[in-house]
Amino acid sequence: MKRGRVDVAAKCASFSPSQNKVKRPKTGQSLSTSHSHVQDWGNLPHHVVLHIFQYLSLVDRAKASSVCRCWNDVFHIPELWRRFEFELNQPATSYLRSTHPDLIQQIIKRHAQHLQYVSFKVDSCTESAEAACDILSQLVNCTIKTLGLISTARPSFMDVSQSHFVSALTVVFVNSKSLSSIKIDDTPVDDPSLKVLVANNSDTLKLLKMSSCPHVSPAGILCVADQCHGLRELALNYHLLTDELLLALSSEKHVHLEHLRIDVVSENPGQTQFHTIKRSSWEALIRHSPQVNIVMYFFLYEEEFEPFFRDETPVTHLYFGRAVSKDMLGRIGLNCPRLVELVVCANGLEPLDEELIRIAERCKSLTAIGLGECEVTCSGFMEFVKMCGGRLSQLSIMEEVLIPDNSYSMEQIHSEVSKHLGRIWFPDMMPTW
Amino acid sequence: MVNSVHWFRKGLRLHDNPALLEAARGAQTLRCVYFLDPWFAGSSNLGVNRWRFLLQSLEDLDSRLRELNSRLFVIRGQPANIFPRLFKEWKINRLTFECDSEPFGKERDAAIKKLASEARVEVIVKISHTLYDLDKIIELNGAQPPLTYKRFQTLVGSMDGPPAPLEALSLELMEGCVTPISDDHQEKYGVPALEELGFDTEGLAPAVWPGGESEALARIKRHLESDLSTVWQEHFERPKPNSRHLLASPLGLSPYLRFGCLSCRLYYSKITELYRRVKQNGTPSISLYDKLLWREFFYTAATNNPRFDRMEGNQICLKIPWERNPEALAKWAEARTGFPWIDAIMTQLKQEGWIHHLSRHAVACFLTRGDLWISWEEGMKVFEELLLDADWSINAGSWMCHSCSSFFQQFFHCYCPVGFGRRIDPNGDFIRRYLPVLREFPAKFIYDPWNAPEEVQRAAKCVVGVDYPKPMVNHAEASRLNIERMRQIYQQLSRYRGLSLLATVPSNHVEDLTVNMNVISGTVRSPGKRRRSNFMAHSHLALPKLPSSYGHRFAVPHHPGPLSRLLGSGTGKREWEAEPEGNHRDPASSALKVQRHSAEDPEGGLPFSL
Repeated sequence: MKRGRVDVAAKCASFSPSQNKVKRPKTGQSLSTSHSHVQDWGNLPHHVVLHIFQYLSLVDRAKASSVCRCWNDVFHIPELWRRFEFELNQPATSYLRSTHPDLIQQIIKRHAQHLQYVSFKVDSCTESAEAACDILSQLVNCTIKTLGLISTARPSFMDVSQSHFVSALTVVFVNSKSLSSIKIDDTPVDDPSLKVLVANNSDTLKLLKMSSCPHVSPAGILCVADQCHGLRELALNYHLLTDELLLALSSEKHVHLEHLRIDVVSENPGQTQFHTIKRSSWEALIRHSPQVNIVMYFFLYEEEFEPFFRDETPVTHLYFGRAVSKDMLGRIGLNCPRLVELVVCANGLEPLDEELIRIAERCKSLTAIGLGECEVTCSGFMEFVKMCGGRLSQLSIMEEVLIPDNSYSMEQIHSEVSKHLGRIWFPDMMPTW
Repeated sequence: MVNSVHWFRKGLRLHDNPALLEAARGAQTLRCVYFLDPWFAGSSNLGVNRWRFLLQSLEDLDSRLRELNSRLFVIRGQPANIFPRLFKEWKINRLTFECDSEPFGKERDAAIKKLASEARVEVIVKISHTLYDLDKIIELNGAQPPLTYKRFQTLVGSMDGPPAPLEALSLELMEGCVTPISDDHQEKYGVPALEELGFDTEGLAPAVWPGGESEALARIKRHLESDLSTVWQEHFERPKPNSRHLLASPLGLSPYLRFGCLSCRLYYSKITELYRRVKQNGTPSISLYDKLLWREFFYTAATNNPRFDRMEGNQICLKIPWERNPEALAKWAEARTGFPWIDAIMTQLKQEGWIHHLSRHAVACFLTRGDLWISWEEGMKVFEELLLDADWSINAGSWMCHSCSSFFQQFFHCYCPVGFGRRIDPNGDFIRRYLPVLREFPAKFIYDPWNAPEEVQRAAKCVVGVDYPKPMVNHAEASRLNIERMRQIYQQLSRYRGLSLLATVPSNHVEDLTVNMNVISGTVRSPGKRRRSNFMAHSHLALPKLPSSYGHRFAVPHHPGPLSRLLGSGTGKREWEAEPEGNHRDPASSALKVQRHSAEDPEGGLPFSL
């Protein structure tokens, strides 16, 4: 025990020889029990305690903070409060615990101004989302850089009254003035609040994720693109994607766009008419940001794919969450030369051999492919793999997808594909129990 | 003088029962007991199929024992309370039973062994519910159960085949050994009827899956009768599924394996025999035994993990913030989802106690990661009650698989509750069979009746929202949200920050597949080896820093590139930044990452990835 103390003290001394201004404790007993009472855990220099605290969980830090005044002081050092994740769950709707209300109060009172990276994780209960809004509206002195509103189950922010949500969000938008990343997918954010965002944070905004925000109009997002020239990553729904937006993102003043994610969603067959984007707008974007990744997630009915990929489209990552027609996949081979990743969750009953081979032939950057409920003959698949070869770094195929034929059995497929990829490869399997 | 008791639990059979043979060997008396705890029975009528199957199996066992001039002793109560009395009363000095590999079974058996040794009773335990000694598999894998089925296949492929099945207990083997039977045996030890256990049997349809060893043996015999090639195609060549496959088959065996009415080793040997007869001179590949090996895989994964059936505190299970939603759960369990494909399957499950494995995928995906975002534990409990073949390990393991909570499943693909069934059974015969209310719907709309024009609904005498429920979720919307959540969770897990969805999918090949090098031809280097070392290195890297309960054996990055970066250069790169999103529940590790981040890189990059 004693030895331990001495060792710690010795190490502390070697950490910072200049910082020997640690105050001697006024208790007298240490004089007699130890040769140096400075070497007490409670007297560790602040920076050492801070260093240790950085490796502890919040709960452990809180426990440690009740050991002595010194440790308690360190507990409140701003550096330890830059990031915080508020977890708001109700026992009726979630298995997860919530951030303790006392802690939330303490943060609002003592550490609001220290917060820089803040996220709220809420369950599917409206009260949780409302609680998040209540906290947001109290963060008046904050200088937040990163804000994330995350629904861990159903999107409950959509159930909060729009005025409540918007007023809470604008508190942060107005006060922070240095927001760089915002993730507000599935929320009732609207055009006026985006205007407030732009008015206060246009120089700093780099990332904006706002997929499925039904109250935002194309004009609202255009305003962001026009003013926030540092915007590098953007996620939105297809109905907000316009030729004007792509041109605004490609203006000279604008930095190179890095990621653009577009969700294409329809709720009921035939209800949504999808517009087309001009080839010249896409070209302008690529001229301005040659490296940009364009990610598209499709959740459409088969007959709704009509307007897409009629013309060359610079998409890099494609995800089809529902059945996609052979015809559409054929067009991808023709019109998506920049394609890097393709995931097809489902398709009709006909094998996709031709389409895949065409994609292998024309999409020279393709490195990842995933197939769920589709069909490909083993020979067609082998042909595809041969053409792509080692560049296929991700190849995720359900076993049922592959239809054995005269040329290849499943076992041969495994060894042949492994050979072409230069690594051991198997199709994915589900239990047959 | 040896007085034996053989204790039946699973393994409800006389054939290939090594522990039972041990009980009879050189004994003067043999009594076969089964403990029935009536407390758990008829509390709800839901489990009636399972209880009926059990009672039928016991009846069958009793009648087979009668042929050997013996009887089955069904004892009401708990073994730990009753064994000491039986030991005394029957002057027992030998107790035999089949090895139970499941954690709670092991615990129970350890207690009984202790009781037996206190009563100076010799205990003989034999493995016969699984093909292999699971501890040997785990030992071969470096004291860890394998986490992927492929790895498991490889391990098993490098071992000697399972032992051949033993002969059944017979009059010859019973020579010199009697079962003392009292006149009031039936009263005291008879197999009870369902009604006695409190089940309501009025209007109960006859069992689609009759329980018992005799039935199991008749089924296995059918495999090797007459039309071999059809049986072969149906069961071993993975034919394209059609509506017929979705129905209970007279060749189906899974409930019999679960209760041990059929020995898995007998089944294994019969598959080999069938293969030899169909293929003449081929060598069967290990994948021929997939059905049996998946079962074995889950037993192996669960044997040392008492929390295998839970998310909390289960090292191999991913923490996913499932929603607690009893109403939605009840709709699923009671076949009221409004998706005919899902409801028909759940109806079949409730009525018959068995559903096809593709049907299991469909309803499990729907409940969890596909549509409802409800915990797999809830689904597992429903299956446990309704599904005849739901052994604890297999049931929990499969649910973790289906919900992408473990075992490296690709999560990007959700089974569509409309399209998946339509692909298997375009005409909808399966739905018409189990949901008569939809019988008159045209095939075009039978999977999505809510899309049918009103006049079609009226003509079919089934108006959606009146006669049949409206769909409880919008699948497009739900799958969009759910795939995004899964992506975030996996992205955090893989610590991959790029845009590729697939790169976040943990590979099912991360484990070493090169126990025997014939896996792949010599032209290819053995990347498996390298990956394994990474895997090990990573788990060592991750685990010791965290309290063991937080350690996550699942957290294996897929990307060899970023992984080596992690190992080589530590933190600081964009790919490895802490991410406030995602779903890491363990406070220790997330706090660790967050703090490190703020210490080393206070500016941060863009912590949210698209």
